[in-house]
Amino acid sequence: MHPVLKLVVQRIALGLLLLLAVSAVIFLGVEALPGDTAQAILGQSATPVALENLRAEMGLDRPPLERYLSWLGGVLTGDLGTALSNKADIAQSISTRLGNTLFLAAAAAVIAVPLAILLGLVAARYVGGWPDKLISGVTLTTISLPEFVAAYFVIFLLTQVFPIFQPVSMVLPGMGFWGKLQAIALPVIVLVMVVLAHMMRMTRAAILNVMQSAYVETAELKGLSPMQVVWRHALPNAVAPVVSVVMLNLAYLVVGVVVVEVVFSYNALGKYLVDHVTKRDLPVVQAVGLIFAAVYIFLNVAADIIAIVANPRLRHPK
Amino acid sequence: MADALLSFKNLKIEATAYPPGERPRHVVLVDGVTVSVQKGKVLGLIGESGAGKSTIGLSAMAFGRGGVRLTGGEIVLNGRDIRTADAGALRSLRGRDVTYVAQSAAASFNPAKKLMEQVIETSVSHGVMTKAEAEARAVSLFRQLSLPNPETIGERYPHQVSGGQLQRVMTAMALCPKPDLVIFDEPTTALDVTTQIDVLAAIKRAIHETGVAALYITHDLAVVAQVADDILVLRHGKMVEYSSTDQIINAPREPYTQALVSVRSIDHAEKAPAPPVLSVQNVTARYKGTSFDVLKNVNVDVAPGQTLAIVGESGSGKSTLARAITGLLPPSAGRIQFAGRTLSADLSGRSKDDLRELQMIYQMADVAMNPRQTVGTIIGRPLEFYFGLTGEAKRLRIQELLDQIEMGAGFADRYPAELSGGQKQRVCIARALAAKPKLIICDEVTSALDPLVADGILKLLLDLQAHENVAYLFITHDLATVRAIADKIAVMFKGQVVRYGQKTDVLSPPFDDYTDLLLSSVPEMELGWLEKVIQTRKMESAGN
Repeated sequence: MHPVLKLVVQRIALGLLLLLAVSAVIFLGVEALPGDTAQAILGQSATPVALENLRAEMGLDRPPLERYLSWLGGVLTGDLGTALSNKADIAQSISTRLGNTLFLAAAAAVIAVPLAILLGLVAARYVGGWPDKLISGVTLTTISLPEFVAAYFVIFLLTQVFPIFQPVSMVLPGMGFWGKLQAIALPVIVLVMVVLAHMMRMTRAAILNVMQSAYVETAELKGLSPMQVVWRHALPNAVAPVVSVVMLNLAYLVVGVVVVEVVFSYNALGKYLVDHVTKRDLPVVQAVGLIFAAVYIFLNVAADIIAIVANPRLRHPK
Repeated sequence: MADALLSFKNLKIEATAYPPGERPRHVVLVDGVTVSVQKGKVLGLIGESGAGKSTIGLSAMAFGRGGVRLTGGEIVLNGRDIRTADAGALRSLRGRDVTYVAQSAAASFNPAKKLMEQVIETSVSHGVMTKAEAEARAVSLFRQLSLPNPETIGERYPHQVSGGQLQRVMTAMALCPKPDLVIFDEPTTALDVTTQIDVLAAIKRAIHETGVAALYITHDLAVVAQVADDILVLRHGKMVEYSSTDQIINAPREPYTQALVSVRSIDHAEKAPAPPVLSVQNVTARYKGTSFDVLKNVNVDVAPGQTLAIVGESGSGKSTLARAITGLLPPSAGRIQFAGRTLSADLSGRSKDDLRELQMIYQMADVAMNPRQTVGTIIGRPLEFYFGLTGEAKRLRIQELLDQIEMGAGFADRYPAELSGGQKQRVCIARALAAKPKLIICDEVTSALDPLVADGILKLLLDLQAHENVAYLFITHDLATVRAIADKIAVMFKGQVVRYGQKTDVLSPPFDDYTDLLLSSVPEMELGWLEKVIQTRKMESAGN
C-alpha cells in the first residue's frame, strides 16, 4: 500500500475511534447529571410512583450500557430520539438548523480564509513595515473585541448610521440564495472579524519561519521578485501549520458561534442547543453535543490528511 | 585587466553585531579588497570561517545576508557598478548574469518542488529561453555533470536524490541560464571525501566546457588548488596574499599562507598494542522497525591511553557503532566488554560508573551545550552528579579543568554564545574530562572547525591523553585527522569493518579497493592531482 494511503486510512480510523470515545463521554456526562429525563419531565414535585412508571415507559430503568448501545444504534441509523419539550423528532429539528449553521459558517469561511492567508502573505512580505503593522493592528483589535460588542457595533454602524442591512438575520424557508446571503451579511461580518486574526497571524508566522530557510535565499539569489519568492517557494512549505489553524477556526465557526446566533436571532444549531439546555432537554443536548464533536473531529482529521498529502517526502517516497 | 568580467575595488562590507548582554556593535567584515576575475577564469577565495569569503562571494550579486551592508568601494560587473544599482536591476542580474551554488544543496532546494522546475526557473523567468529549450539544456547539463538518468532525474524531488547528486543538480541550476559568472560557495565541503572528488571533477569539467567564469570559495586549499587559476587568501576580512595558484601552493610568501599550506603537521607515533579497555565483540545492530543491519558483526578493541580511529563515509555505520557502545541502540547480537566487565546492552541497565567512565564529545559543540548555562555550570554538572562536589571544591576543580583545556578561569562565567567554535569544543572536552572517564567517544569533533583551529583541538586531545591515560574512540571521515591522532584504525564500509589494525599497517599497501579509494580521495596540495586520481582509482564511491 502507498504510505500516504496507509497514513490517511490510519487517520480516518483514529478519527472514528475518537468519535466513538466522545459519544461515550457525552453519554456518561449526561448520565452523571443529577436527576434524569423522567425527573426533568415531571419536575421536582413528582411522586416516586409516577417517576417509576415514566422510567419504565421510557426504558430508563434499563442498565446504562444497554441504553448507551441503543442510543448509539439509533444515532447510526439516523434516529436521534425525540425532544422532551415538544415531542419533536430531534433529527428533523436538527437538519434544518444544521443547514443554517453550515450556511453561515461557509459564508464566513469563504471570505475569511482567503482574506486571512492573503493578509498573512502581505504582512510577511513587508515584515516590520507599515503594511505589516497595519494588518496586525487591525486584526488584533477585531479579535480583542468580545463577539457581542463587535456584533452590536456592527449593527449600530450598518443599520443605524448607514442603514444598509436588517438587524435581525431571519432565514425563512422560501427565501432565495441571495436573499439568505443578504440576511446573514451582518453575522458574517462579525464572524470574519473574529476568526481573521488567528489565521492571519499563523500564516505570517509560518511564512516567516520558512523565509529563514536556505532555499528561500536561493530563490532571492535567482532574482525572483519578493512576492514570487513568498508565493512559489515559501507558501507551499507552510501549508501544514496554516491548514491546521484554518481548520480549528472552521470548527469554531460551526460550533462556537452561539453568541452571534443569539444576538442576530439566527435560528441555527448553537441557539437550538442553548434553548434546550435551559429546558433540561437531555436527549437534544446529547444529540447536538455529538454532532459538534463529529464536526470538530472531521475538520481536524481533514487538516491532518491535507498536511500528509502536502508533504512531498510522504507523497513521493525514495 | 581590460576585459575583467568582475572587479572589486577597495571593497568594504559592514554589519551590526548583537553580542549577548552587550550593546549592538558595528563590525567591519571585509575591508580593502581589490581583486578581479577575467572572463572564463576561476578565482579561488580561501580563508577560515569569518574571513569574509562568502560575504565577498555574495557581494558579487550585491546581496548581503541578514544585516550585512556593502558600504564602500566598487563592484564592477560587465563595466557597471552594481553596488549602486536599484532593486529591479539587481533582480535581472541575479540568476541570469551571476548565479550561486550553495554549500548545502540539500537545504537550498525547495523540498516541495521537482528538481527540473527549480533548475529551469530563472532561465524561463528572466526570459533567457523558452521552457522547452531550458529543459533540453538542463538535461544536457545533467549529462555533462555525470548524473545518473539525466532524462528523468529532473522529475524527482530533492529528498529523492543523494547529497552528491543534489550538489551537481545545483551546479546545473547555476549553469542553466548561461551566466557570465558562477559563485561556488563551499560546494563540496558537506560531502564525503569519496563523493567530493566526483563532484569536484564534474564541476571542473562543466566550468571548462561552458567557459563560464567562477568564484570558488572554500576553506580547503587542496580543493581550490584543483580548480582555480588564481587564489586570494583572506583573513579577518583583509587580503593576505593574491597570486596564481601555482605561486600560492608551491611558493607562498606570507606566513599565514605558509601555515595553511603546511597544515596537519602533527606527528604522532603509534603506541604498541596492549590489552583493551573496550572490546566490541561480534556486534550486529539494526534500527527499530527496519530489517536492515546497520552494523554487521563488528569486532574492534581499544587499549587504555590509546586511540582507535573509525573511518568511513556517511552511512557506513560509524556513528551507529558509537550509539551501540553507549547503549543508545542495543545491539541485536554480540557484546561489549568495558574495563573488565560486560556492559548491559541497554542504557537503562548500566550503573552510574558505567556511565561516568564512558563519555562522549560531539561534532556540533554549540548544540551539545545548554545556551542558557554558563561554562562553569556546564563543566560543574558532572562534578556534582558523579562526585558530589559542591562549593569551593567544585570551583577549584572547574578552574583546574579550564586550565587543562588552555582557557582561563575567567571563562567560567561566560555563556556558550560568547565563545568561538574552537573554544566551545574545548568546553565540551572539559565536560567529558570532568567525569574522569576511561574512554571518550569523539564523534567528528573537528569536522565543523577550521583547519588551524582543528589542529589545536587535536593537539589538546593528544596532550590530555598523555596526561590522563584516557582512551579515545575517534570517529571521523577525515584521513588527515586519522594520521595525526590514531594508534589503531578501523575502516568501515556499509556497516562492516573492511580493514582493521595498527595505524602503520592499515595505511601501508597493499590496500583493499575501498581503503584505496578512501586514501586516494583525500585532496592533496598538488596541481593536477584531481585528474591523476580520477584516472587511476579502482572503484567509485558508494554515495555517488
